[in-house]
Amino acid sequence: MSTTELPSPKPEIQPETASFWAATLEGKLLLQRCSDCGRAGYYPRFVCANCHSTGLDDFEATGRGTIYSYTVTTRGILEYATAGSYVLAMVALDEGPKMITNIVECEPADLHIGQTVEVVFAATGGAGALPRFRPVIRDV
Amino acid sequence: MSIKGKAFIAGAYEHPGRELPDKSIPQIHAEVALGALADAGLGLADVDGYFCGADAPGLGGLAMADYLGLNLRHMDSSDMGGSVYMSHVGHAAAAIASGKCRVALITLGGRPRTTSLRAPGQLMGEPPEKYFEPIFGANVSALYALAAQRHMYEYGTTSEQLAEIKVAASVHAQYNENAMLRKVVTVEEVVNSPIVSSPLHRLDCCVVTDGGGALVLVADDIAATLDRHCVKILGHGEAVEHTRGGWQDITTTGGVRSGADAFGEAGVSRADIDYVGLYDSFTITVLLALEDLGFCPKGEGGKFVQDGALQSPNGRLPFNTDGGSLCNNHPANRGGMTKIIEAVRQLRNEAHPAVQVPDCELALAHGTGGWLSTRMGNATVILGREGA
Repeated sequence: MSTTELPSPKPEIQPETASFWAATLEGKLLLQRCSDCGRAGYYPRFVCANCHSTGLDDFEATGRGTIYSYTVTTRGILEYATAGSYVLAMVALDEGPKMITNIVECEPADLHIGQTVEVVFAATGGAGALPRFRPVIRDV
Repeated sequence: MSIKGKAFIAGAYEHPGRELPDKSIPQIHAEVALGALADAGLGLADVDGYFCGADAPGLGGLAMADYLGLNLRHMDSSDMGGSVYMSHVGHAAAAIASGKCRVALITLGGRPRTTSLRAPGQLMGEPPEKYFEPIFGANVSALYALAAQRHMYEYGTTSEQLAEIKVAASVHAQYNENAMLRKVVTVEEVVNSPIVSSPLHRLDCCVVTDGGGALVLVADDIAATLDRHCVKILGHGEAVEHTRGGWQDITTTGGVRSGADAFGEAGVSRADIDYVGLYDSFTITVLLALEDLGFCPKGEGGKFVQDGALQSPNGRLPFNTDGGSLCNNHPANRGGMTKIIEAVRQLRNEAHPAVQVPDCELALAHGTGGWLSTRMGNATVILGREGA
């Protein structure tokens, strides 16, 4: 099964998410780091969800992480209503935060929690690309 | 100020319908309101406090107050998804205890089965997470599946253990003539049913139904005048969980905190509870609630639910004796109300005789609203017989 032909809805850009989405067009995954508590956070917002500081600064993440949990779902809604089965995952980024995303370029049956993945960006035709992840193929 | 003993559930009513294409949603609210008030021996003119979810038609509860012609001193249409009815029991008891109202009506009604509006949250405006979760195809079953998959990974929970929860619900539902699914199922049938979002199968998921329900809470002096066995509110707790900026633990729910608060206020222990009404949008929802409310240690929910533990009347902790949302109904995509109604039946000794818990003195009802794993309301109430 291929999961590379997923719908790629255009994101709507808000002032607080503009830098995140602009970076995706350059192939960069941005996180915010709190200048007070030091914790990285996702998704972009105005206030730190940990210490409630507003001192949040963008930085470029490595784009690497591990699968924290995943599911092969057949019950998409909205733009995904006719998507068939696809992998929705929660990826724990190397910087700490977890994000909801898709795993693509994979055989779903071969996936497992703890697997190393890397970001790839799917064009949407809009002002942002969707950060999805694929398994890292290790050299042998 | 504690609400303990200050308010009583005097009326409860569950809409018998599961497919209601010929009724408007306000009409369903009105039918359950009248049903619950009649059960209490009261009428709409007695109501001075009204509670509903934000999914009620119109602007919060204002439209429903107009439709019903209520003369209100207090209204609350705060929302915590399907857990809001446990929340509203607590809020209504607090309003009664502080003198803000004396007869509180709580209603739920909806038609997700016979209308196309099946996606919760679609009517709630533009949520901040929309372009970070739904844009990747995050749907309700998939988000709960993420929690199930992780729980299996961390604790060795199996699909067969989750299936035990559905089996218990189905054993109960066979006695409920209104239940959507009345066939008793086996563990094998659950795990062999089609995958919806792995590892959750179709039979791990609740039914989608039209319908509704309502509760009437009254002050203690009113309860004393009613020719009805009333149910005493003993404790309430609520807690909101969320992604914590991406640092969430998806196998633990806010039930840890809402349960602790409710038990603390009620002054009873887990071992004292005779019956539990647990939100059962999916089998995993029940398993996490059992752990987080403290009925078993974290990670041992799978073992706990084996061997018919949840089956009434002989199991260690009978649950959802109406068949729950897994088999009976899940009106308006919100299962909290019906968990409270069946707990009331149990405490009044009015459940079906085949599933009535003998000498049921104390019951707990717990809701998990919104979307597990990301943004989730949790609310717990502890209820007792009139003299509890």
